[in-house]
Amino acid sequence: MSDAKSAEKGVELKIGEEKRVGVFVCECGVNIGGVVNTKAVAEYIGTLPGVKVTSVNKFTCSDSGQADIQAKIKEHNLNRVVVAACSPKTHEPTFRACIEEMGLNQYFLEFVNIRDHCSWIHMWEKEKATEKAKDLIRMGVERAKLLEPLQASEVPVTDKALIIGAGVAGMQSALDLADMGFQVYLVEKEPSIGGRMARFDKVFPTNDCSICILGPKMVEVARNKNIKIMSYSEVKAVEGYVGNFNVKIEHKPRYLDVAKCTGCAKCSEVCPVEVPYDFNEGFGTRKAIYVPFPQAVPLRAVLDKENCISCKACAKACQSGAINYDMQPSFTDLNVGVIIGAVGFKTYDPEPRHDFGYGLYDNIITAMEFERLLNAAGPTGGHVVRPSDCKEPIRVGFVNCVGSRDKNTNIYCSGVCCMVTIKNAQLLKEKRPETDQTIMYIDIRTPFRGYEESYNRSRNLGVKFLRGRPVEVKEDPVTKNIKVRVEDTLAGEIRNLEFDLLVLATGIVPNEGIGQIQQLLKLSKAADGLLMEAHPKLKPVDTTIDGVFLAGCASGPKDIPYAVSQGSACAGRATILLKNKKAITEGITAVVNPDVCVGCEVCIPMCPFQAIKMDEKAGKANVVKALCKGCGTCVAACPTGALEQSHFKNNQILAQIKNVFKFQEVAA
Amino acid sequence: MSAEAVAATAAKTNGWEPKIVAFCCNWCSYGGADSAGMGRFQQPASARIIRVMCSGRIDPLHVFNAFLEGADAVLVTGCHIGDCHYVNGNDKTKIKYKYLENVVHELGIEKERLQLNWISASEGEKFANFIRDVTEQIKKLGPSPLKPEGVA
Repeated sequence: MSDAKSAEKGVELKIGEEKRVGVFVCECGVNIGGVVNTKAVAEYIGTLPGVKVTSVNKFTCSDSGQADIQAKIKEHNLNRVVVAACSPKTHEPTFRACIEEMGLNQYFLEFVNIRDHCSWIHMWEKEKATEKAKDLIRMGVERAKLLEPLQASEVPVTDKALIIGAGVAGMQSALDLADMGFQVYLVEKEPSIGGRMARFDKVFPTNDCSICILGPKMVEVARNKNIKIMSYSEVKAVEGYVGNFNVKIEHKPRYLDVAKCTGCAKCSEVCPVEVPYDFNEGFGTRKAIYVPFPQAVPLRAVLDKENCISCKACAKACQSGAINYDMQPSFTDLNVGVIIGAVGFKTYDPEPRHDFGYGLYDNIITAMEFERLLNAAGPTGGHVVRPSDCKEPIRVGFVNCVGSRDKNTNIYCSGVCCMVTIKNAQLLKEKRPETDQTIMYIDIRTPFRGYEESYNRSRNLGVKFLRGRPVEVKEDPVTKNIKVRVEDTLAGEIRNLEFDLLVLATGIVPNEGIGQIQQLLKLSKAADGLLMEAHPKLKPVDTTIDGVFLAGCASGPKDIPYAVSQGSACAGRATILLKNKKAITEGITAVVNPDVCVGCEVCIPMCPFQAIKMDEKAGKANVVKALCKGCGTCVAACPTGALEQSHFKNNQILAQIKNVFKFQEVAA
Repeated sequence: MSAEAVAATAAKTNGWEPKIVAFCCNWCSYGGADSAGMGRFQQPASARIIRVMCSGRIDPLHVFNAFLEGADAVLVTGCHIGDCHYVNGNDKTKIKYKYLENVVHELGIEKERLQLNWISASEGEKFANFIRDVTEQIKKLGPSPLKPEGVA
């Protein structure tokens, strides 16, 4: 679509011009055609006043379908087009472009949904579906006749990007955008970038050391001149729109000057306060002032004020005088063109429900905790021990699908836990071949490259797989061993097993603060609490908000390669805007008729975007088009009818309402 | 709903299908209706959806007109509170709705005939259940007292 051309095309409104409507009914293969009698619909619609031609296509969106529309526009000199097909949310742009190529204003298209809203939901009521389709298209035809030409406007795009979340997905987006030459702000709420991946021991299916492959990437991010890392910071406010987002970032106080701190950790050595170490999933302790982990980026200490006893030992120990107990939060205002949300995930917490005895018995831990025990930099130096007596367990049980595929918690499959368990069992077997592992599963899911091979490898190593979910988990009060009663559904028998340690593969759940990000960015949240993409298949990293993209687990469970791919995908999608330096926005806005406006100012507080200003001299309201988002809330509030919303004018909506109904001759 | 259940319900009500005008916002409830389709959540063929950009655009004028033209019920739907694509359009809908509801009731229209619901773009099943519930309620009430003669 050429913008310069669109500006010239058909924008003038010819008063009294005859409305020549063409209606194109799509069969969508059998999706519509299998339920709705499209021929009967087209025949009926053809009798409506103003309809010059109707056409039924197998697939209206196909090349031949679009060519049919264009040919009929030419042949019948059509000036309004109604497409009755699927959802305008996916296909409106296609047909707008199609009619625009023929010189029609793109807003002369009316899109009627007879698939999602009709054939798909009345699959067994063909007659009623056909009648409903007639109603819906009649409504569309009458609305189409009243449509007016509009111009899409162009807005400049600031060629800078904000990325929220510096896990592996966010870091990938940052690196890709930065390497393409764009300025990137990478905001991370934790004191170090790296996200969840920094906590893993080894990563499947190749079992390479997680931090060994992530660490260099973290350093690369820090070194890149185009990336500004804002760690220990959070997004507090987002205003504006595609190309021009104004964002307020809060930098939480670290209580030390990051420019002076060298990350030597002398302060931690002298700090007398010990608290559970969150990086190690609560195993072991850290000090109240600490460096998050040895590979942290930025490698700077942070003071946890909640647990600090103000003994000031750290200030004395710090040779560079970095400590500042009076530090206050500071703020940065950014102007960016695009935003990428890579807000990550957390693992399901089995504590509140005591799933499989977690929280009741010492020797039941989560896979994430197991991960830290396996890790050489973890609390036990890589020795897997059980919490009750710190002895190395021999018999280890693994339970899959904890907090996943369960109607009491989350119904979805977290996708990664099978592989996490398989990998963890393998690693323990390799470390200590005398150990005996049993994985209790519902189904084993190993869909991607190298995953099935890894599964086979663990079987060859002697890891046992038992299909069944534990029905009873108890602790032996003397030995503290875990006794599990489980039905082996393949053998068809109940097994009573005893383990020294039981590991729960907890699923992926939405990260803390995801609701706040959702509200700040105006995104949609699905019933499972995860953020929604613009289209589950064709726009997996876009959102319904132009210029906002999603990467990684924010929009559903993902493994590392998938999250990294999405990070790159977001960078690619964002680059379209950043490189073009402009975005096309909808032409739909509110419009004031000054002849009718009485200057009552009722509309002004209605607008959340401050788009309506009073023209003090004339005493009339005035809509600032660049700020108006076209929601129409002010229009509904206007008591005199001076405000109208283009493309959703009162007469257009009323025409639809009127044509929901059909006047039938009453039998005499 | 199975094919048999759909047929059974249709037989029970003598085939009369109420006509329900459902106003949906582009971002949430219209998407919810799309999701109902994608999930093939079967529902009575009673609703006719009119899309607006925001539930805040729904003017009491539209609702009254729908009743006067012959609607057996009118549904006002939008994003969940806090999730509005336009910050807070649905908050304003909620306030307006309270007054609208009173006026409609004073006109002698049963409360079941005007309903408000917040439905997100992912809540296809909720959308279908809502249409089914309202349709059943209206079938019990029969055609709207305001429906002009000869209108279907």
